[in-house]
This record gives sequence, C-alpha cells and structure tokens, in this order.
Amino acid sequence: MYSKLMFHLAALVLAVLALPAAAALNVFATVPEWAALAKEIGGERVQVFSATNALQDPHRIEAKPSLIARARASQLVVATGADLEIGWLPVVLRESGNAAIQPGQPAYFEAASAVRLIEVPARLDRADGDVHPGGNPHIQTDPRNVLKVAEALAGRMSRVDPAGAGAYSANLARFSERWKVAMVRWEQAAAPLRGVPVWVQHRSFAYMADWLGIKELGALEPKPGVEPGSAHLAGLLERQKATPARMILRAAYSRPTASDWLGDRAGIPVVVLPFTVGGSPTAADLVSFFDDTVQRLLGGLR
Amino acid sequence: MSFLRPGALCVALAAAFPAVATAASDADLKQLRQQIKELRDSYQQRIEALERRLAETEQRAAGAATAAAAAGSTATSAVQSVAKAEAQAAEAQAAAASVARRPVSESAFNPSVSLIIDSKFTRFQRDPSAYRIDGFIPSGGEVGPPRKGFSLGESELAFSANVDHLFRANARFALAEDDGEGVVEVEEVNVETLGLSSGLKVKAGRFLSGVGYLNQQHPHEWDFTDAPLAYKAFFGPRLQNDGVQLRWVAPTDLFLEFGAEVASGQKFPAAERNRNGAGLWTAFAHLGGDIGASSAWQVGLSHVRANPRERGFEDGADAAGTPLAHSFSGRSQTWIADFVYKWAPNGNSSVTNLKVQGEYFQRRETGDLNYDVGGLAEATSAARFRQSGSYLQAVYQFMPHWRVGVRGDWLRSGTADLGGLDPAGLPLLAAYNPSRQSAMVDWSPSEFSRLRLQLARDKSRNGESDNQVWLQYIMSLGAHGAHKF
Repeated sequence: MYSKLMFHLAALVLAVLALPAAAALNVFATVPEWAALAKEIGGERVQVFSATNALQDPHRIEAKPSLIARARASQLVVATGADLEIGWLPVVLRESGNAAIQPGQPAYFEAASAVRLIEVPARLDRADGDVHPGGNPHIQTDPRNVLKVAEALAGRMSRVDPAGAGAYSANLARFSERWKVAMVRWEQAAAPLRGVPVWVQHRSFAYMADWLGIKELGALEPKPGVEPGSAHLAGLLERQKATPARMILRAAYSRPTASDWLGDRAGIPVVVLPFTVGGSPTAADLVSFFDDTVQRLLGGLR
Repeated sequence: MSFLRPGALCVALAAAFPAVATAASDADLKQLRQQIKELRDSYQQRIEALERRLAETEQRAAGAATAAAAAGSTATSAVQSVAKAEAQAAEAQAAAASVARRPVSESAFNPSVSLIIDSKFTRFQRDPSAYRIDGFIPSGGEVGPPRKGFSLGESELAFSANVDHLFRANARFALAEDDGEGVVEVEEVNVETLGLSSGLKVKAGRFLSGVGYLNQQHPHEWDFTDAPLAYKAFFGPRLQNDGVQLRWVAPTDLFLEFGAEVASGQKFPAAERNRNGAGLWTAFAHLGGDIGASSAWQVGLSHVRANPRERGFEDGADAAGTPLAHSFSGRSQTWIADFVYKWAPNGNSSVTNLKVQGEYFQRRETGDLNYDVGGLAEATSAARFRQSGSYLQAVYQFMPHWRVGVRGDWLRSGTADLGGLDPAGLPLLAAYNPSRQSAMVDWSPSEFSRLRLQLARDKSRNGESDNQVWLQYIMSLGAHGAHKF
C-alpha cells in the first residue's frame, strides 16, 4: 500500500515538474509597500502577492498555510528585513520547499539592505522590549528610502528575470522621475511641519521624522512592543505640560486606546497615519500613500 | 578683447614715453599730450558705451535668471534632495563596507540557541504517580501529571543552524530531573534539506511526526499545560520518530501538503524491536487557506501504522503482589482527522483573536494478546480493539496579552474483543469512557514569557474524578524561534 502511495506521489511530482512555468514573475511581498513597489517596477511582467495588509501589525503575523502555498509558487521574495518578519517568514520559507527563495539566494530580497538603518540599538537586551538588532525596520515612511529600495529592487528583478531587465529599468526610470517630482511637492507642502514636536505610539515614524524634520518627543510605548500603562501615560501628560507636543501619531493598525487617552487629556489631535499602502481609503498606491500622510500631518497642525 | 585693447595701448605708450621725452622738443611734447588726451577721451567714450551695453545685458540676464529661478526652483530642490539621497547612499555603502571589513570570529557561525524553562505549581486530589487512563492499554510514555506542589518541569534546550547550502540541522534536548537524578532526553535531532526544490523536503533523524495538528508542537507552544487525553492514550503523549520524512507542498494557491514517514518504531504504538527495516509508517495530508482577511483554516487527515511485537504492559497482580506482565503482538492502525481555525479582525491578531482546534483519533488493533495468569502460566488469545478519542478546544484573546481557553477531552474505549480470555483478569481493559474538562487563563507580557492558570476535572480513572489546579510559567531565552501555524 505504501509503495503504491509513494509511486503515486512521485508520479504527481513529475507531472507538476513538467508543467510549463508561468509567464509572469511571481513576487511574494511581505508588506503592502513592497508589493506596491514591485508592481511599479515590474509592471505587466509581475504577479504580486502581499502577505499582509495595512491593518495588520507587521510584528505579529502568523505563518499561515496560505502564505506557505504562495511562497511555494513565488520566484522572488521581497521582505523588509532588519528582523521585522522574524516571527513568521523563516518558517514560511522553510516550509515552502522552494530552494530559490531562501535567504542568501538572489530571489530573496531585503529592502533594508538598500538603506541606512537608524536607531541601531547600542545594547541588545530583551528587557528593552521588542528591539530590532539591525535598527528600526520601518524604512518605508521616508520616500528617499523608497527610491533607494526601488533602485535596488529593479536591479534584483533584472537579475532574477534577465529577460525583463529592459522593462524593469525603464519602469524604474519612469517611477523615479515621478517620485522625485512628488518628493519636492511633499517637501514643500510639509515645510510647516519642520521642528513640530510630536508624540508617537510606536517608533514607526523615525524615518519620516528624519525626512520632514518633525521632532519626536518620545513614544507612548514605554518600550518597543509593550502596551503603555496608565502610570506611564500620566508621566507623558506631565511631560506634555513642560514640553508641549502638537499632535500624537499612530499607525492605522495600532490600538487607539492609549493615544486617544493622551490626546483627550492633553487637548492635542491624534493623527492616524496610513503607515503603508492601503492604511487609509485614499492611500491606494505609493504616491497617494505619501500624499495622504502629508495631508494628515498638516491636518494635525490646524 | 575690446576691453583689453585700451589697457594694452596705455602700457605700450608708457613704455615708449621716456624715450620720446628725451628725443622730442617741448612743442612735440605738447602735440603728443594733445593726441594722447584725444585718444584717452575717445577710449573713455567707447569704454563707457561698452559699460552701458554690459549693464543692459546684465539686467536682461538677471530678469531671465529670476524667471528661470521661479520656474525651476522645483528642479533645484529636486537636485538637492537627489544629491542628499545620493550622499546617504554613499554613506550607507561606506557603512556596509566597514561592516564587511570587520573581522569575523569563529563564533559568528554559532547556531541559534534557545532555552525554554517551564515550571509548575499543582494541586491534585488524586495521586499523580498512580495516574492511568482506564479502558486503554498504557502507552508507556510520560502521560501523568507532574508531582503535587512545586515542580520543575522539563527545560528545553534547542540549537539550530544551516549546516551548509544543502542542509539545516535542529537539535532539541529536554533537561529534567527524575528521582533526584538529572536526565537528558533527546527530543529531536534531525537534519532537513534546504536545496530541494519543487516543494519537496526531506527530514531525517529524530523528529516529531507531521501527523495530526498538535503533534509537531512543542509543549511550550501548547495552549494548555498538558496534552489532550487522546494524545496521551494513543501516542503517549506524542508520536516521535527515528526515521525519514518526506513532505511535498503542491504548487497551488490553496495550501496542500502531503507527507510520509518511515521510522524505526521503537515506541508506542509500535514496540521495541531488533530487526532490519522499519517498524512504523505514517502518511498525512494537510489542506489550508484563508477566508477573507480575517480567518485562516487548516484541516488534515493522517494515518499511522505499526506492527508491534510483544508490546508489554502491566495490569493486575498475582497473589504475591507481583504485577502481571502482558503483551500484545499484531497490527496497530490509527487514523487522525484534525482541524484548526483562527480568526482575528482583519487578520490583526495583536488585540483580539480566536483559535479553535479539534482532533479525532480512531485506532484499530488486531493481533494476539499474551496474557500472564500468574506464576509461570501464560495464555494467548486473538484480540481486537477499536478505540477512539477526540478533543475540542477554543482559546480567545480578549485583550492584548490576555487569553482564556476551554477544552473538552473524550475517549471511548470501545469493546475489547479478547477472544477466549476472561476480561475480569484485565481490569484496565474494562470498558470505560474517560473524559476531562479544562479551562485556562494566561497572560503573556511579551512573546517570550507566559504565566498560566489552568483548572481541570479529570475523569481518566474509572470512578475517581480528579480536580486539578495548575499554575505554570514558560520563559523563552535566546533566539526568537518562529512558530508554526
């Protein structure tokens, strides 16, 4: 019985191996922003799957069966890296049985490798909360990083799919031209935000703050990934009296309780930022994601 | 050039002047001065004209420049921000280069190490050392509860790393204490392939079998402090193989996985053996997917087959109080159907989420029962068992870090067909349907720590209900092990 079963299994494997490879490059993106970027660079040549959506906490994703199935069929994995996906991606990649997309292979791309990470912890201790040894992984909140990742990703896509190299570099040229113009628009529009003091829920916006010159006074979370308690929030309210912030920033996926509490007491607005593509109804692609982010920040100033 | 010409002329004149002064008369000198004055005046006029034209041009240019600046300020700032980006890229490259240059010591290749410590405080009504599951042949594993009061459970020490470009190795040891002596148990030591493609994966060594749902999870991943009764009775308390496993993931959008294992089968439901070849075979299939963004599910069907020879167990005692040793030889087949369903609003499990899981076991055993009737006498009879068991549990996270869960366990001993033997001589195999109800609440301040309170009413023993209270902590140190679904 078992030898028969094994025979059928082997026959099935061979049948599948004989199938012609799909025409489009299957891209498995861990987060929506890289899915959107892969679409920009890949255009018609790619089929992009986003493993998560904007309303999910990227730190707490599970290695769902559907993700393993998608990873199995993908030819390129686009991850953030910097340990953002450490809780689920290694299992998904290992279980997928797809040798091409394992870390270290050309078809495994980490966006964080293309940019300079900030907030690299000086000491590594879990007592400091959910620290990322490589630095802050939320690089997509700065459009300059997006451009750098786009360039690196186009190079990687050309390497994985050399036949599409021309299309990828043409798409990259188009994207970066559009992006640079948009960046000037955002920078000019966001000029009033320079030096504006804010509180953040989680250290999600460090790169954006660096880009627009927003002054982060601190995070509502006492430590990364740790929910703020009432004593900690009361302490922040005291600090708010001494050094007043103009608004509180939180990502669309995060829990509103703490930021709403502090916003109410301090009489400052809570600005919910999309954080990634799909994080708000208007943030449909990368450009509208930043358009909406800047608009919402300016709205917080009023 | 036209600006240079008057200056050059003046220089030439000045150079020529002393010679002229000595040679010429006063009249000549006067005339010469007149000529120079005229020359100077005429050049002065031309210079002034030129200067006017220059000023006009400059004005026009300035106008054009301001227009250009107004129109192209976008361009300049774009250039600036690009330059800034480029500078940062260069910086990043420099940083990367400096990292690359850093001398790497041997220890950089150390495997990732994690240590899990697990300790319990318990309160039982019945003696845990006399634990048994009535109606079932004992599975021989560690199925009983820990001792009463404080107890240090098993500490798990795990190592894993890629060996090279083809293999990954995992090792997991359980460190425990048995009667005051330290015991190291080899939970898992295996190597798996990295390089196979087309969804294939081979694992060899000692590993937790891929059958069922809970079987592959380590105790620290369980949602309750102890294993379901069905696992205790059928696998005592989990199926651990020394052998080879082959898995294949189908290239479909729906998760579809097939697996088969061949193992030595030295443990229940097989028995210790001294033969070539394998003693235990399994085959399993899992199917899984999503329902919208909020739900994920997986179902599975597994089969385990073993041919135990003289699988011993003790039941009853002779007149002198010596336990009677019986044994079973024959064929043991177990089927498992499992499902798990997880829900979280929009798939964001950080605030609230629900997990429901259940498994159903059915085992058929046919063979010979060697029955010790005391003294030197033995009797052998054909025996057939058809037994089943299941559990169903739900765990709900009602706020970040806090979860509650309930679990029900049911076993059916069925009717044992002992052939010509007198069932009264085997009290353990008397028909009985054990059951247990458990409820738990746990608090996980982070992914690395968990404190749990569990209450249970355990009716594993016929006529002896055991009310249990468990307090447990689980702490994970070291590498961040990613968990399976």
